[in-house]
Amino acid sequence: MDYLNQSIDSLHEQLVNKEITSEELTKETLQRIHSKEDKLNAFVTINDDATKDAAKVDADGIKGRLSGIPIAVKDNILTKGMLTTASSKILSNFMPIYSATVFEKLNQAGAINLGKTNLDEFAMGSSTETSYYGTSHNAWDHTKVPGGSSGGSATTVATGDAIAALGTDTGGSIRQPSSFNGIFGIKPTYGRVSRWGVVAFSSSLDEVGVMSKRVEDSAEVLQTIAGHDDHDATTSEREVTDWRANLNKDMHGIKIAVPKEFWHEGTDPKVLKTIDEALDTYKKLGATVEEISLPTLKHAVEVYYVIASSEASSNLQRYDGVRYGYRAKDVKNIKQLFVNSRSEGFGDEVKRRIMLGTFALSAGAYDAYFKKAAQVRTIFINELNDVLSKYDLIAGPVTTSTAFGIGEKIDDPLAMYMNDILTIPANLAGLPAASVPAGLADGMPVGLQLMAKQFDEQSIFNAAYALQEENKFYQQIPTALKEED
Amino acid sequence: MISKDEVLHVAELANLKFKDDEIDGFVSQLDKIVTIASNLSTVDTEGIEPTYHMGDTKTVFRPDKGIHTQTREEMLENVPETQDNLIKVPTIVDKEDDE
Repeated sequence: MDYLNQSIDSLHEQLVNKEITSEELTKETLQRIHSKEDKLNAFVTINDDATKDAAKVDADGIKGRLSGIPIAVKDNILTKGMLTTASSKILSNFMPIYSATVFEKLNQAGAINLGKTNLDEFAMGSSTETSYYGTSHNAWDHTKVPGGSSGGSATTVATGDAIAALGTDTGGSIRQPSSFNGIFGIKPTYGRVSRWGVVAFSSSLDEVGVMSKRVEDSAEVLQTIAGHDDHDATTSEREVTDWRANLNKDMHGIKIAVPKEFWHEGTDPKVLKTIDEALDTYKKLGATVEEISLPTLKHAVEVYYVIASSEASSNLQRYDGVRYGYRAKDVKNIKQLFVNSRSEGFGDEVKRRIMLGTFALSAGAYDAYFKKAAQVRTIFINELNDVLSKYDLIAGPVTTSTAFGIGEKIDDPLAMYMNDILTIPANLAGLPAASVPAGLADGMPVGLQLMAKQFDEQSIFNAAYALQEENKFYQQIPTALKEED
Repeated sequence: MISKDEVLHVAELANLKFKDDEIDGFVSQLDKIVTIASNLSTVDTEGIEPTYHMGDTKTVFRPDKGIHTQTREEMLENVPETQDNLIKVPTIVDKEDDE
């Protein structure tokens, strides 16, 4: 059976009508994942017990729309009794004793956990190359990065193996790999989804979201995991919208703002051409598209790396070799235990961020770096909110290029950081944002980015759905996959 | 410019250490990043409130009653070394070698 081009809806119907069982579906999915894992390295842990979980769901009877549907989970989301490493040596032996709220919610909905997908160590990176478990590979071209940090989730969805996957997004970690792999990926509003049980990176920026080939499938999964959580005081008490049922592809009267700074000379003209074509599609469908300016965008990378690294340096203090995780051997005293466990347990990129953050928060640097970045953040938030008070959506490219080659940028941290300039704004302002497949440039996928007002995920889903119904990108089979078959 | 001494001081604060052959590379990388971050000084932020956290900042209240979370045994499952149901760590005060 091939469900590469099927939606959750269509699989649900077949499950309900007993044309297929969740056990068959899960078994087939696991076989496909295993057959490609040598080439993709999408997973840190593959859950071979998933077929048993599926058989249990079959026995209990298919209920809601996610019941019996296999889904992959990024390996920085805690899964009770299943290794959760955040792709770091320091957590390489960590067996959670509780599950993240988002995972519990998927469980309650009857979804089947396929396993834990690879990421950049602690989600710090844009290529999965900082993973302790080695890089994952792009679904379209295995010599290229899948993007990051949710690279494993992106590549397994793009190959059509996992129908959907959970990711996290602190500065673009869902949208950039979605763009690089030609799938849909959404980071919701800050506070829309619980982060309880999600390995903390930068607490004022981190969000959990969803990746899938089809817009409606992400809507379904996101509304399942969204909502208030007593365990996470930053979650909103607002009702969760039934985004999926409310999907509306009518673009008449929708106002789209296009920041001229996104059409930067450093951005690949072929990427921009694909984005221009997507915007033309929206005009054809009745939307208005107008150019606006975000002058503070030029400081976004600086603001982001100061704030994200400062928060990371604080959050990652907990890894000390005492209560869980990697513990250094042959130490003489407690200080050496801390220093050696951390120095042996963290990779270079994580150390770089901890160092930058510790510096930015240190006496003498705090006002000039951390406080200053927080003030510029306020200016930028006001700029974005001002635009969104006049427009329904902000649109532009997700990335400045298509997927780059493995090894191409890893030795130049600054070049890697600059990759994030177009995705960072939504995190700094806590806005919902998505990458929508727009087309190909030189045979590699290009994502259109859509941002909306806080808690207006519906506008993003609607516009994404409108574009999807025009270009049907989900029907495309990644080039590398075609060559193998 | 960020100096090697500053980097070593920050490493001390962060409970990290670097091998001698790593440190120079790290100093130059960190220096480049900090130089870029220094561009922030060109932005006029007079009178602008900093944004330190996001979301609704209202205090959340709940009844003050205990709930069951994890047992002691569960809490100790991931501890690298235990003894008598306690977390075991090396000497905290070491007079001989207090590196």
